[in-house]
Amino acid sequence: MRTFCLLFASLFSLTALAADKLPVVASFSILGDLVAEVGGDKVAVTTLVGPDGDAHVYQPTPQDAKAVAAAKLVVVNGLGLEGWMDRLFKTSASHTQQLVASTGVPTRKGEGGKIDPHAWQDPARVRVYVQNIDRGLASADPANASVYHQRAQAFLARLTALETWADQTIAKVPSSKRRVITSHDAFGYLGARFGITFLAPQGMGTETEATAKDVGELIKQIRAEHIRAVFVENITNPRLIQQVASETHVQLGPELYSDALSKADGPAAHYEDMMRHNITALVAGMKLN
Amino acid sequence: MSLYALLWQPFADFAFMRHALVGCLALGLGCAPIGLFLVLRRMSLMGDAMSHAILPGTAIAFIAYGLSLTAMSIGGLLAGLVVVLAAGMVTRTTQLKEDASFAAFYLVSLALGVLLVSKWGSNVDLMHILFGSVLAVDELALTFLASVATITLLVLAMLYRALAVESFDPDFLRAARGRGAWVHFIFLILVVLNLVAGFQALGTLMAVGLMMLPAASARLWTKSLTVMLLIAMGIALCAGYLGLLASYHGNLPSGPAIILTAGVAYFASLLFGGNGGLLWRWRKGRHLSA
Repeated sequence: MRTFCLLFASLFSLTALAADKLPVVASFSILGDLVAEVGGDKVAVTTLVGPDGDAHVYQPTPQDAKAVAAAKLVVVNGLGLEGWMDRLFKTSASHTQQLVASTGVPTRKGEGGKIDPHAWQDPARVRVYVQNIDRGLASADPANASVYHQRAQAFLARLTALETWADQTIAKVPSSKRRVITSHDAFGYLGARFGITFLAPQGMGTETEATAKDVGELIKQIRAEHIRAVFVENITNPRLIQQVASETHVQLGPELYSDALSKADGPAAHYEDMMRHNITALVAGMKLN
Repeated sequence: MSLYALLWQPFADFAFMRHALVGCLALGLGCAPIGLFLVLRRMSLMGDAMSHAILPGTAIAFIAYGLSLTAMSIGGLLAGLVVVLAAGMVTRTTQLKEDASFAAFYLVSLALGVLLVSKWGSNVDLMHILFGSVLAVDELALTFLASVATITLLVLAMLYRALAVESFDPDFLRAARGRGAWVHFIFLILVVLNLVAGFQALGTLMAVGLMMLPAASARLWTKSLTVMLLIAMGIALCAGYLGLLASYHGNLPSGPAIILTAGVAYFASLLFGGNGGLLWRWRKGRHLSA
């Protein structure tokens, strides 16, 4: 009996070493895309908050708990984005490896003194994300560590090209015109990196409510400074921004992708596409200021 | 700050403030009488429960038509109507009272809605999309609110006497063959219409708050039903106006500011109300007499 159990157990370990994809869970679509880029066909990524989803106020489902329990690595953003992740992780899979992708990223404070979690909006910070993901995947699956490292380096090279393109494109807009209105304070890092001022009626989290004074100040500012770059985002309720736009007689720009990618057939299905789409739309809007 | 700058300038300067004020006015005029009858019939907690009960209708509309606000509102309305009318029928035919039958139906409805969304919905929070905010009232929402308020006031004017008798003495109405059941169901339809319009235009807190708090406050001022109605409407309008001003000058979120103002009115009515205010009771020592 004992020999049989031992043989049976060893069979299991053999199958584990076989060329199965590494099951990884990413908390939201942007992280999921980064993990897929670094992991390639060696990983099977499950994303919890999918395209057009709001990671600030997500409610996990039982299927999510199953996915987390079955995963070898769970990748989260951290910095206070996923308030719902702690409990899910504790109840489903307290012995699965968790990777906080934003470890070592220089953070900034948003309005109200809290740390701004939207660090993925700055390509320079995403380099740190990619390096962290590379390390995390390598430690969860040492057999393929060289593959991950190779892919990470390739992606970093593409990020450098993206940053160069972004610098050139945004440089065409004079700094006095670099003002944009969006729904919530998601683009702080992008603004800090490229010298754009982002204004929003809602704070950094989508669960906060706007005050009449904030909206009034915003409208006054738009009128005074003749800002014409007003955008909605894919994850927030557009009504407030539409109201602001109609009151100031400003045409709304195309949808920006702040906290989530678009669906696979949309303009921002991957991280690079998202950044290019956003920056192109922003520059077009800012030129009208 | 001059009186004009304090009391009127924010509304003169900004269209969104004017829209919000008119939205509160429409909601107050339509919802306050409804809220009063809900209080009289002991159905006060229905409002908040309704915001959950409409989920399956919204979910089905979303699955069928995608993110269309019109489709989701109509779906929510239909779901609300089914829940409310079914609960009303159960109340009239069994020994379960309104609160129990409604609680049972809305919980089943909510669970069904969550199931539908989990299986076939997407990550988008449907209620987040469907429910509005008092600072984001556009012309379509205003037209919707105003139409609902007009219909409500007209129907209530026609049904007023029957509804009043049905609220205080339903058996008498049944004996006098006053078609109490029809009156009850039409009233329930008005409740759902007002609530869904309110959710869509202004959000749950605002809609339910402006429905129930002025009604509860008005109850404590008089014995006459007509005077109660007028007081409820007045409190709703004042709460809307003062709440918006507080949100503007004090930099507070608008929905909570308006409801807290209505809450202050409620506490004031509780203490000083002419018909049952606590201060008068303690003064006269009525609670001590046999």
